[in-house]
Amino acid sequence: MRKLLLAALCAPLVAFASEAGYPLDPSPHDARDLVSLQSGARTFVNYCLGCHSAQYMRYQGLTAIGLTEAQIRDHLMFTADKIGEPMRGPMSVKEGKQWFGVAPPDLSVIARSRGADWLYTYLRTFYRDPKTTSGWNNAVFPNAAMPHALWMLQGERRLEVAAGGHGHVDYKWSELSKGAQSVTEYDATVRDLVNFLVYVGEPHAASRKAIGVLTLFVLGVLFVLAYLLKKEYWKDVH
Amino acid sequence: MGAQLRALWGWFDARMPSVAEQWKIHAANYYAPKNFNFWYFFGALSMLVLGIQIVSGIFLTMNYKPDASLAFGSVEYIMRDVPGGWLLRYIHSTGASAFFVVVYLHMFRGLLYGSYKQPRELVWIFGVLIYLTLMGEAFFGYLLPWGQMSYWGAQVIVNLFGTVPLIGPDLALWIRGDYVVSDATLNRFFALHVIAFPLVLLGLVVAHILALHDVGSNNPDGIEIKKTKGPDGHPLDGIPFHPYYTVKDLMGAVLFLAIFCFIMFFVPEVGGYFLEYNNFIPADPLKTPPHIAPVWYFTPYYSILRAVPPLFHSQFPGVLAMGVATMILFFLPWLDRSPVKSIRYRGSLYKSALALFVVVFLVLGYLGTEPTTVWGQFGFDAFFLDTKDVATWVARVCTVLYFAFFFLMPWYTARDKVLPVPERVTS
Repeated sequence: MRKLLLAALCAPLVAFASEAGYPLDPSPHDARDLVSLQSGARTFVNYCLGCHSAQYMRYQGLTAIGLTEAQIRDHLMFTADKIGEPMRGPMSVKEGKQWFGVAPPDLSVIARSRGADWLYTYLRTFYRDPKTTSGWNNAVFPNAAMPHALWMLQGERRLEVAAGGHGHVDYKWSELSKGAQSVTEYDATVRDLVNFLVYVGEPHAASRKAIGVLTLFVLGVLFVLAYLLKKEYWKDVH
Repeated sequence: MGAQLRALWGWFDARMPSVAEQWKIHAANYYAPKNFNFWYFFGALSMLVLGIQIVSGIFLTMNYKPDASLAFGSVEYIMRDVPGGWLLRYIHSTGASAFFVVVYLHMFRGLLYGSYKQPRELVWIFGVLIYLTLMGEAFFGYLLPWGQMSYWGAQVIVNLFGTVPLIGPDLALWIRGDYVVSDATLNRFFALHVIAFPLVLLGLVVAHILALHDVGSNNPDGIEIKKTKGPDGHPLDGIPFHPYYTVKDLMGAVLFLAIFCFIMFFVPEVGGYFLEYNNFIPADPLKTPPHIAPVWYFTPYYSILRAVPPLFHSQFPGVLAMGVATMILFFLPWLDRSPVKSIRYRGSLYKSALALFVVVFLVLGYLGTEPTTVWGQFGFDAFFLDTKDVATWVARVCTVLYFAFFFLMPWYTARDKVLPVPERVTS
């Protein structure tokens, strides 16, 4: 017990290099682009929800990205009966552990913990690797348990890593087989998906900013009044 | 209507005159120096933030579930499904950091103008107690979202108590209520966060203000305004707190709220400093994160903890150093031997010591947020290098300087060449 406590205590005292490695591409997502958000929602329920969940998000909430309840029910609800239900996939945590070694994480706030850039790069850097159990590996998240769920869209790729000078690493990508989408199309698919994940991470982000502008305006007016009041009272203080 | 209200007040006042009496003592007839500057906003602002935290906290409590299997989800439920819940949560999370911002600036004001010096030692001591209680309050509250940083941060801090010789392991077990941080820990931290510590905090704030109003406020000149009174018995350099400082603090409060709202509505995470990214991962007792960093307001002390090398495989020296680093604040009124209070009339010794202290505190604070490898490693081997991390050595130098500021204070403040202090406040 004592040793365990000590180990837990010392863990942060040991130096850890941050997850250095593959450079992240800036994510081009745009929260105001409703078409992109809807396309991302479609990709999400078709490709992600099979294993992952977004259990803190309710289907009904998707009306905020410009969809009607009928559209949500007809095109997006494959695993739920009622519109108020949370976005849960058919796979249980136990099954996930059995099949992948780790349970696929819930994706409700994945964009808040990983960040959009990480997701945008991660979903575009899967490559074939015969050494792993799934046959897939990832440049951003080495030895990720997740296989390339979007491989039919992107196609299969190979990655060669060569050490350049000054600790610099060269990444060389090559295509093994074509996917259903071109590189540009696939990048757009991932952008939309990331856009959706960012939205799901904080559905009220848009109204937060709108209320923020209004609040700051009111406080600005209030400040002028408070300043004038103070000036008036302090006239006779010398 | 006006006459009726006055009659109602008259009825009330005849039966409970102490309300009007207290108002006179603490506002209308409390004479504060007229030369308060920018630094004197932060006391009132601390009370404002305390109010904000209590009110937003009450509403959060209505929807939060202190249960290890439900806590993380209930916070997301607040963020999504509770009407206005996201606003409450951001008010409370921004308020936590804002509390420390204003309290640190308020304490720095004390260092600038010698507000802890005789006759205000008790005001200072109550203030330090408020600061320590606030640290506990923040620590307990941080466990509640039950994210990875909540969990492992609590694990690390509770384990600090486990390093105390002899009683340590039992002490840590007693605090946690379990062998690891668990549901039992979450429940007791919830109780401490929502009722025990807020009560203590409120009591201490009352004591802090009563003690202050008994001796009177200090000011940027460090002059006792009660020494020069006019024929009416009021200090010549004083003005009634109400209405002069109520309207001035109102102005400051609006400006503060504007900054507060800007952060809350546009950058609530503040780049991971107010809301850590890793805390959006649910707590997992089986998965230690590679880098555990406390929230920014604890990082100077966390740096000190990490900087002190272990002794006989025990981290206790670091824990002790961290404890002393906070407890030393209590002794400040007696460590400072300077005949003057304000920095305006102090010599270059104190001025440079304070400037260095500010730099050291900020560097320690920054390093505490980063892994110790942040500034790379020394390329050479030497027998005395137990670690090659440059940042650890910088933190060690800063730790020594942090303590030097306090321990050498009797020496450098007594030798400092001070300027003559004027009789009346300067404007």
